[in-house]
Amino acid sequence: MSAVPHIGFIVAAYLVAGAAILVMIGAILLDYRLLTRALARLQATRGETEAR
Amino acid sequence: MGNLASPSIFLDFVRRATPWLAVATAATFALGLWLSFAAPPDYQQGETVKIMDIHVPAAWLSTLIYAAMTLASLGTLVWRHPLADAAQKAAAPLGAGFTFICLVTGSLWGKPMWGTYWVWDARLTSVLALFILYLGLIALWRSIEDQSLAARAAAILTLVGCVDLPIIKFSVDWWNTLHQPASVFRLGGPTIAPELLWPLLIMALAFTLLFVLLWLLAIRNEILRRRLTRLTMIAAAEGDGLAVVPATGKSAA
Repeated sequence: MSAVPHIGFIVAAYLVAGAAILVMIGAILLDYRLLTRALARLQATRGETEAR
Repeated sequence: MGNLASPSIFLDFVRRATPWLAVATAATFALGLWLSFAAPPDYQQGETVKIMDIHVPAAWLSTLIYAAMTLASLGTLVWRHPLADAAQKAAAPLGAGFTFICLVTGSLWGKPMWGTYWVWDARLTSVLALFILYLGLIALWRSIEDQSLAARAAAILTLVGCVDLPIIKFSVDWWNTLHQPASVFRLGGPTIAPELLWPLLIMALAFTLLFVLLWLLAIRNEILRRRLTRLTMIAAAEGDGLAVVPATGKSAA
């Protein structure tokens, strides 16, 4: 028996909330990384074309 | 503030505000969690009252975000603000995320307190409807290729869906529900003891700061996505031999 009643429900609630927040943060950061890479790639390709 | 309508000024504002907001959010979360776990147990709920410190802020945010999206929809349809549809689009996944946290933590509190994870009472059902509404808006944005058309359709759906907000708020007064009535924002003041109220309010502030931070970053992403799409189309139109660079995600504008 746990010293704190219903400790499993409390831990599960905090874990789910933490995971959901991490997913939201991760999705936004990953999206930003992909977008900036695609923009840099596009601008580099344009630069090469103009230099030719 | 009007200058923020310019995407380049907005991007500069986000770049400067992000570190400050991130530090403020982390510090407020640290303080809120410390106060929450140092607080005494509730005389009825025992230690499960700690679940309320994440459930209630997530519940407040789920409706607050939809209210912000409703204002952004008016910005799209009435004032034609250049960033309104980007703000509305960026908020929908965050609204879904916080509503998901609200529903799951509520279920995990309900099992030990009510004896069940779920009951089809008016408050729970209307919040589930809000979650489905968020998912519908995300799907709508992704299913229409013309982004100006998608923005108008999403704005109209958002305005129609805002009828759910007063239903959520007053469901505990209008119907006989298992969910308890308002205990913080009510006439006559909060019914919660200060030892439990302060951690709740600090956690609510932390959740709100987190939302503002993530919303700003998501709007920045939306501006970059549109810039990428515009440059890709220009490159394709110029016919300079460039292959069309695929935009990330399915929601390319």
